[in-house]
Amino acid sequence: MREIQAQQITDVVEKLCIEANQYLPKDVQGAIRRCRACEDWEIARGVLDKIITNFEIAEQESVPICQDTGMACVFLEIGQDVHIAGGDLREAVDEGVRRGYDKGYLRKSVVKDPVRRGNTGDNTPAMLYTEIVPGEQIKVTVGPKGFGSENMSAIRMFKPSAGIEGIKDFILETVETAGPNPCPPMVVGVGIGGTFDKCALLAKKALMRSTDERNPDPYYADLEAEMLEKINKLGIGPQGFGGKTTALALNIETLPTHIAGMPCAVNINCHVTRHKTEVI
Amino acid sequence: MEKHIQLPLTEETAKTLHAGDSVYLTGTIYTSRDAGHKRMCEALSRGEELPFDPTDATIYYVGPTPAKPGQVIGSAGPTTSGRMDAYAPTMMSVGARGMIGKGARLPEVVEAMKKYHGVYFGAIGGAGALLAKCIKKCELIAYEDLGAEALRKLYVEDMPLVVIIDSEGKNLYEEGKAAYLASQK
Repeated sequence: MREIQAQQITDVVEKLCIEANQYLPKDVQGAIRRCRACEDWEIARGVLDKIITNFEIAEQESVPICQDTGMACVFLEIGQDVHIAGGDLREAVDEGVRRGYDKGYLRKSVVKDPVRRGNTGDNTPAMLYTEIVPGEQIKVTVGPKGFGSENMSAIRMFKPSAGIEGIKDFILETVETAGPNPCPPMVVGVGIGGTFDKCALLAKKALMRSTDERNPDPYYADLEAEMLEKINKLGIGPQGFGGKTTALALNIETLPTHIAGMPCAVNINCHVTRHKTEVI
Repeated sequence: MEKHIQLPLTEETAKTLHAGDSVYLTGTIYTSRDAGHKRMCEALSRGEELPFDPTDATIYYVGPTPAKPGQVIGSAGPTTSGRMDAYAPTMMSVGARGMIGKGARLPEVVEAMKKYHGVYFGAIGGAGALLAKCIKKCELIAYEDLGAEALRKLYVEDMPLVVIIDSEGKNLYEEGKAAYLASQK
């Protein structure tokens, strides 16, 4: 049994909120640069050049890459041999978000009620996901999620008879409907299987995976490659002005599901696909 | 085509701009998002004046991050314009002409743009750190309680934009994609 102070979790969440918003992950930077190198449409090249300059400025000057510094999605993988002492876990995470968004000069974009609105003023609560895993560490991932792209996401409960073709059509349809709105080039997170709620979570988790890493199952790795190629033939292009670079990557995560179902969720992210991880 | 435009955006200037033009705007613009637009339209329906003169005005759909010490403004890229579609025709009916944002607009907004000679400019979504560089002055003028969504008056120099929809209703999102796809055949 290892004891971890709630205060340590607060400190790590604070730090990750700031860093995730200022430094674009190297894999996403690399994907944008690679796409710029093979983009042949003039207006698209101009947009990608400005996107590259933008993340470079953010990194050099320690300012947010994008003004939508998102809802703070916090994923905790808690080792089963850990005892969290000295405070309430939920409050420790929210306090980290509160401090990070204050000290990092990040935008407070959360309303306290979905219908009646009213800004909470400190970007809390975090969207908190906890998982109990073997071991005596806590792995903390913060992924600030902007809503220009979140609003273009979709979920569908397919009949199993729809098969893989149904899923392929749904992914393409969702990306095409999103068009210029989610700030393309986008990163597409796909969840297949599980229940309604787990399927949506899989799609979100797919966005937390490196864009350089393929699904370990060759069947889904091939599907990732095929769908990325199809998306990049839609012609939407960077910012929707036309071009080859509509998506930087497509990541698929799956789970077993019920004999009667085949859920599929598509979580869209923008070119500012942010996440940062630290292990306590 | 690359054009340097001095604001305010007159009807005469608006008519010279075409979908796909690369433009650099210099002058005064105003910031507002959903909550600010709602309040402005409610004020207009009560017969009240707006917090700024809307004649030939350009509105930037943005909610910036807080400025760090020494900064004029924090990161300040565009938000999705579609959320302002319910209010844009009303704003144009009282004289506002330019809109800066990103993403698709409804047909009724395009119709109002043709009627009032409006122009919809696209700023690069997600390029907030870069766009902040061309904002030289920032002054809060109304609705302070809305925080990031408060109404601000900005002075911009050579703000890099692209005309997405022009005053004739031509649309870069449709034409740019079609032209690219045609080039691939």
